[in-house]
Amino acid sequence: MRELKILAIVIFFTLVTYWGVEPYAHSQMHKHVESDNFEYKDLKEVEKGDVAKGKDLVMSNCTACHAIKVANMPAPMDPVTSGSSYGVNPPDLSNMGAILDPKYLAAFIADPATASNVAHKFTPESGRSHPMPGYNWMPKEDIAAMVAYLQSIAPKEITPKEVYVSACGRCHAARYDGKVLGQKWTQIGQKPRFKYEKDSLAFDIKLLEYEDSLKKYMGKLPPDLSIIIRARDEHFLKTFIENPQTQLPGTAMPRVGLSEEGFEKVMQHLEDIGDPSKPTRDSLGVYFLIYMVIFTIFAVLWKKSVWRKLH
Amino acid sequence: MAHFSDAKPFSEQWLDERLAVKTLKRVLSQEYWIPKNINFLWAMGMILAVTFGLLLISGIFLLMYYKPDVNLAFDSVNYTIMQEVGYGWLFRHIHGVAASVVFLIIYIHMFTGIYYGSYKKGREMIWISGMLLFVTFSAEAFSGYMLPWGQMSYWAGMVITNLFSLGGLELNGLVEWIRGDYVPGDAFLSRFFMLHVLLMPLIIIGVIVLHFGTLRIPHVNNQEGEEIDFDVEAEKYLSGDTKNAKIIRFQWDFLAKDFMVMAFFLTFFFYLVFYHFDFAMDPVNFDPADGLKTPPHIYPEWYFLWSYEILRPFSKNIGLMAFGFAQVIFMLLPFLDRSPNAKPAHTRGLFKVWFWALLVDMIVLSIMGKVPPEGVFNTIGLVAALTFIGLWIALPFITMAEKKA
Repeated sequence: MRELKILAIVIFFTLVTYWGVEPYAHSQMHKHVESDNFEYKDLKEVEKGDVAKGKDLVMSNCTACHAIKVANMPAPMDPVTSGSSYGVNPPDLSNMGAILDPKYLAAFIADPATASNVAHKFTPESGRSHPMPGYNWMPKEDIAAMVAYLQSIAPKEITPKEVYVSACGRCHAARYDGKVLGQKWTQIGQKPRFKYEKDSLAFDIKLLEYEDSLKKYMGKLPPDLSIIIRARDEHFLKTFIENPQTQLPGTAMPRVGLSEEGFEKVMQHLEDIGDPSKPTRDSLGVYFLIYMVIFTIFAVLWKKSVWRKLH
Repeated sequence: MAHFSDAKPFSEQWLDERLAVKTLKRVLSQEYWIPKNINFLWAMGMILAVTFGLLLISGIFLLMYYKPDVNLAFDSVNYTIMQEVGYGWLFRHIHGVAASVVFLIIYIHMFTGIYYGSYKKGREMIWISGMLLFVTFSAEAFSGYMLPWGQMSYWAGMVITNLFSLGGLELNGLVEWIRGDYVPGDAFLSRFFMLHVLLMPLIIIGVIVLHFGTLRIPHVNNQEGEEIDFDVEAEKYLSGDTKNAKIIRFQWDFLAKDFMVMAFFLTFFFYLVFYHFDFAMDPVNFDPADGLKTPPHIYPEWYFLWSYEILRPFSKNIGLMAFGFAQVIFMLLPFLDRSPNAKPAHTRGLFKVWFWALLVDMIVLSIMGKVPPEGVFNTIGLVAALTFIGLWIALPFITMAEKKA
């Protein structure tokens, strides 16, 4: 039938144009980076360590800078002071054993700059060194023991937001993350709802101080990740988080060493804050389409009844 | 004064005496005759009207929450509308997808007109008013694209307003005057906001009315380009011989078919709105505008790519001239086609080749307009741009040689 032939031609040229300006053009604009599915093939396996020994080592080596809330170790300094001392607030170690890959955790303890692929920022000429000292001097078993201890204390259930806070949230704000007006995730924590304007402003001043330290440390203020889930596709985020240097050579962003599960939780959180309508969109769309199909059937029948007298 | 009877207020007769509703109904719908020999492509006009309606309605809802201020615009779209307002995301998706799809239908509508010769003697004003709609829709689309104030809004605004410096003429003062600043800023945003929500829609609605009006006297073309004596055929239809009459009523014969095509279209449209919207809502524009960070690739929406690629492969001044040529040349089509035959392209010899060459060339230009301007893409883009210009220069000669059918 002639109309179907015409329709086939219209669809053909529409699809060719679509293919050319979308999948094809984008494949030419962005280089393809293979994911290694969070296997961290460049890092060595860790042996099983002694938890009790690990506990002693962590308590004597880490807690001068890091909080471990699950072990009742408070942060030695507030985030702003920490930021001005180290550039970035050192993370609470409570759930590091659960969200980071154990191989990465061991490699990071031994040599933070190399493990996180930012050694280029801390060359001898730069006169800068990574804020965390390396523990290369320790025997491998001791590092393995610290890893084992951190794994043993990590809570079994960790929410997507907690993973975001530990892995991303000390550098990346998320101003859409907050269900009440004025609340939002900042690099120094969730901004509370203040009763008085001056308290709110005092918080903002602290935040600005922290962000200044962060800018000095990272070169620029790392972007707010509120709707990064709509701004980058999943493959980009996955390969970028796995190893930022592959997508953005020379970037100051460290490889954070998330395990696959940790990554999925981060993505879940990014979707929760950046695209919260997705579940409704997916389910409502089905009803819209069912309605449209029924509507179309009636439209076809009506056309037929009107045109019966015309043919 | 005219004579007024004692008809009941608001009865048909009462209204007819005051507003001539019977005449209006007869002229605009019941006896507005449309040829019977048409295919679904003749429904594109009504689909465009419906899509414009969707844009208008969704736009009204978005306008209730949008804030034209460089500090607030991005969050008012991406947070207030997308997250806080109930179903705000749905209205934004409808608006964004409809803005893209409306151009797909415009192009189908345009190429239908070119293929069937629906711009020829008697129908020139239909074509010209239609091209005016293309231009005004383009301005509407571009000004709307500025509003979310994302990276691509900002940088597309920068690039396109720079064109007004007119290359070697260096009219930088004109560019600043248009922007109200040295770079796109608050004045720029609120000006484009005004254009998008008031001035352009007003003009568009006016030109739509004009476009409908231009159709009334020459009537719609048909699939074979057959000259129909509408008076004879109308008599046939009205005497009850609807089967043999070559024409149908606008209401409801023609509209019933439009309605059916529209139903298929809307099914496809809502599939895109819910499940396949990235082509219309570029991810790059979900990064807030940053004047200190140029995106690695700046490209317009897909429907401007072909004319962008006519600009790009040449040096600055020649590129601008080629771009200007591409903007106006379609408008002149009724006068560049010298053949008297108002027939479909497949019966018109070389014109058939010209038609398909133009279509393929514009698709090639569109693809080359998006890929990075490197290596072989530059060559293909240059050849395609020259082909475009060549095709239009050749058109009068091709059509003059055409024999009268």
